[in-house]
Amino acid sequence: MNDLDAEDRLRFEQLVLPHVDAAFNLARWLLRRREDAEEVAQEALLRACRFFRGFHGGDARAWLLQIVRNTCYSWLDKHRPRELMVEFDEELHPQPAATPESIAIANEDRERLSRALESLPPRFREILVLRELEGCSYKEIAAITSIPIGTVMSSLSRARRQLCSALTSSCHKEAIREV
Amino acid sequence: MRCDFADSLLQGYFDRELSAASAAEFERHLQYCVQCPAELVDMDLLSERLQFAQLYEPAPASLRKKIRANLRHATAATAMSKPLLWHWLAAAAALLLLAIAGWRVNSVVRTDDYQAELAEEIVDAHALSLQSGHLTGISSNDEQAVKAWFKRRLTFALPARDFANEGFALQGGRLDVMEGRTVAVLVYARHEHLINVFIWPTRERDTSPRVGSRQGYQWVDWRKGKIEFCAVSDASSAELEQLHRLIAG
Repeated sequence: MNDLDAEDRLRFEQLVLPHVDAAFNLARWLLRRREDAEEVAQEALLRACRFFRGFHGGDARAWLLQIVRNTCYSWLDKHRPRELMVEFDEELHPQPAATPESIAIANEDRERLSRALESLPPRFREILVLRELEGCSYKEIAAITSIPIGTVMSSLSRARRQLCSALTSSCHKEAIREV
Repeated sequence: MRCDFADSLLQGYFDRELSAASAAEFERHLQYCVQCPAELVDMDLLSERLQFAQLYEPAPASLRKKIRANLRHATAATAMSKPLLWHWLAAAAALLLLAIAGWRVNSVVRTDDYQAELAEEIVDAHALSLQSGHLTGISSNDEQAVKAWFKRRLTFALPARDFANEGFALQGGRLDVMEGRTVAVLVYARHEHLINVFIWPTRERDTSPRVGSRQGYQWVDWRKGKIEFCAVSDASSAELEQLHRLIAG
């Protein structure tokens, strides 16, 4: 990282570093792999450091998450462009379960939810992660994703319904397999 | 068929984003709507399930360590020169001069890097906007309509002009967020190419245009009258410079 004097560094540590968990969590769900998320989150923090002079106070979490999001999309565009093409795709492809028997019962729902969430297009995934896991307000989501608040509501609505139907379709398939 | 409110008020109500008055009004709607109450229950169940499953994944220790190391590396140089300054006064004066000279050079380099970095971000945003197909917040070639649209949303006056006669047809505009600040974007069509012009207020003085390219896109960046402009496109840089001359007047 460059361009930080001691005073900037202190401000950066106080304002931005508390949100490293949020940065990683968003990257993990957008990229779906922890190793990639770690690499991209680190890159995003480097960028945040470089752009820190341009940050004049306000919501540091939203500011950082916006950088994380942009970095994730640039990374996806470069490494897995196909994933960005399935924009608002109604056809869902949940990954088949590894071996359902091997999953501990306590973790079963977590696994099922993860797979369903990962089967959604990135734009739906991010809005659910920001709202349901990160607890962001509509205003924050609008700032992070650069979409109007009205669109936040309708996207959330569609994302929630898609997640529900992804959950029922995978439950349904598993039910069939068990029969 | 779903209720008309399902995509808007229902979500806002569930997420506690409505004003008290709107929430009360929506509760009256809930009393007679046949779909919304059921959907509210589904949303509640889903949300509870997501919370219970603990899907949130905090940053691993290895990531924190790397970030801390990077930060230390960034400030190590400044920290080391301080004791020296205390110990040798004569040396201190010399060092101070050096430091000032260094800082000057450094700050020039820094500004350049910063601008280039920002231009890169903008190229990424441009590519992304093409991909996601949400090119315009307002789709219009009417200068007054575009100006009026921005006037309600911006704190600075935006020079929105149509140059259809010169071959750059105004398509509309939108807002984008770059590194935490709102920027205006004007969209022009040049033959088969789309040009995004990112515009935001700056405190820096005027600069002549700087050009660059990245990932097959060209950009031209300039500042005039406390406003910074960055035009991005897959059109040629000569065409972008032509647009720069038209905008800069």
